[in-house]
Amino acid sequence: MLDIRCGGIISEMAIRTEPFILNIGPQHPSTHGVFRMRVTLDGEVVVDVEPVIGYLHRGIEKLGETRTYTQIIPLTDRLDYVASMTNNFAYVLAVEKLASIEVPERAEYLRIIMAEMMRIANHLMAIGFFLNDLGAMMTPVLYMWREREKLLDLFEMVCGQRLTYNYMRIGGVSHDIPEEFLPALKRFVAEMPGFIDEYDRLLSQNEVLLARTKGVGILPKDTAINTAASGPVLRASDVKWDIRRADPYSIYDRFDFEIPVGTVGDCYDRYWVRMQEMRQSVRILEQAIAQLPEGEACAKVPQLLRPPVGEVYGHIEAPKGELGFHLVSDNSIAPYRFHIRAPTLINMTALKDMAIGWKVADLIIIFGSIDVCLGEIDR
Amino acid sequence: MTKALNGEEVAKKITKKFPGSIAAADKAAVVVTRKSLYQVAEFLKNTPKLDFDYLTNLTAVDYTDYFEVVYHLISLKHNHSVVLKARCYDRDKPAVPSVVSLWRAADFQEREAYDLMGIIFEGHPNLKRLLLWEGFVGHPLRRDYL
Repeated sequence: MLDIRCGGIISEMAIRTEPFILNIGPQHPSTHGVFRMRVTLDGEVVVDVEPVIGYLHRGIEKLGETRTYTQIIPLTDRLDYVASMTNNFAYVLAVEKLASIEVPERAEYLRIIMAEMMRIANHLMAIGFFLNDLGAMMTPVLYMWREREKLLDLFEMVCGQRLTYNYMRIGGVSHDIPEEFLPALKRFVAEMPGFIDEYDRLLSQNEVLLARTKGVGILPKDTAINTAASGPVLRASDVKWDIRRADPYSIYDRFDFEIPVGTVGDCYDRYWVRMQEMRQSVRILEQAIAQLPEGEACAKVPQLLRPPVGEVYGHIEAPKGELGFHLVSDNSIAPYRFHIRAPTLINMTALKDMAIGWKVADLIIIFGSIDVCLGEIDR
Repeated sequence: MTKALNGEEVAKKITKKFPGSIAAADKAAVVVTRKSLYQVAEFLKNTPKLDFDYLTNLTAVDYTDYFEVVYHLISLKHNHSVVLKARCYDRDKPAVPSVVSLWRAADFQEREAYDLMGIIFEGHPNLKRLLLWEGFVGHPLRRDYL
């Protein structure tokens, strides 16, 4: 029946919408790199999301098969370039497990210090850009980068690099810390809780942040486990699983820290978990500085390492989730197979579940809340 | 500490339920036959006391004689782990059943193994290349590539 008031056929057409496909990326400010989402939309509502990746694929796994075990360390820097130190850490731990190498006590502590500094630097960047995606253009990022800058200065002090560190070695670290490092780190550790309080005051009860993230992009607990989400994404969905506690590697069993978990698994919980993890990392740093022993920074390891035939899977709790290295050795100087379990690639499996039913603007936030790094996804 | 379950003991439990499904087993890993992979995976996931609810890593290794698909499983409930493997001897068409319907975590990882190693995961809902572009010839992580 025709509705005369609205001009007949036109009104009938107005209530129908055709689903259409929108490409977001690969060059887009909110995709955090060269990443493309093929989004099916009904009006403004997301019906389906298909991530299209591979724009940054450099074949690191294949490259690794033609390099010696030590030469692979700088390749791992280029995975998650926001947190290179933990990539080094995960890789050398896997090789040490494969070749049964003992690491000196001091090196263990230095590694923990670097890993926790890296976690803070990563979360600062994650939260900063998450707020950028929310529309708080650049102001929160500048606050976060103020502290990240101090951390990068500290990294520069120990290894001369600000982004791709190449600091860890099989059997320890490349060289001991300089004498000005510890006083600077102590100053940072003393100041940092105050800065986190400042972010909390500025952000955690901010009305816009709450309105845009509370209840948005919920990832239920069982879906999070089934899609093997890890890191803050998993913990925000109320799963108390942190590899530092569940499967302690290095010397994490010596430190006292808590595992913050979220309640419902929405974007706010993922933000909140990262915020709390920074506080826990500061706690670990305090303890590690107090316990740091004197001694060697690296064990004596043959330059051309030939691990015995076998395979190993080593994993750590990287800032973005479970970073794993699967190595197969045939007793030669290069690994026979070198596989990287990239946390953000697997965390993205659940992107669809989180995004369906939300608007495009929310999709950008949900994607930002996963905290991705394309260097790691594409490898 | 995540307890790595002894592969031989897990293999005994599997054999009790599915005789003839184990190809080899040692302390570190359980190797199952290609045909029984799906039912063994289902058994590992749904049996109380095993409860492998978390597929953490899935990858494939090319040993030139055969391909080995490796599954690293963890139970978050009991905090234990097991390594499950399946071997494909057919170089032209290496195929294993897909486990996406059990663990959705396998989705991208199976696509990656298909893309770079050429393993065909039967029953995968969307088995296409993940990192390389459509139309790329070959599977670069195979040992005979290049």
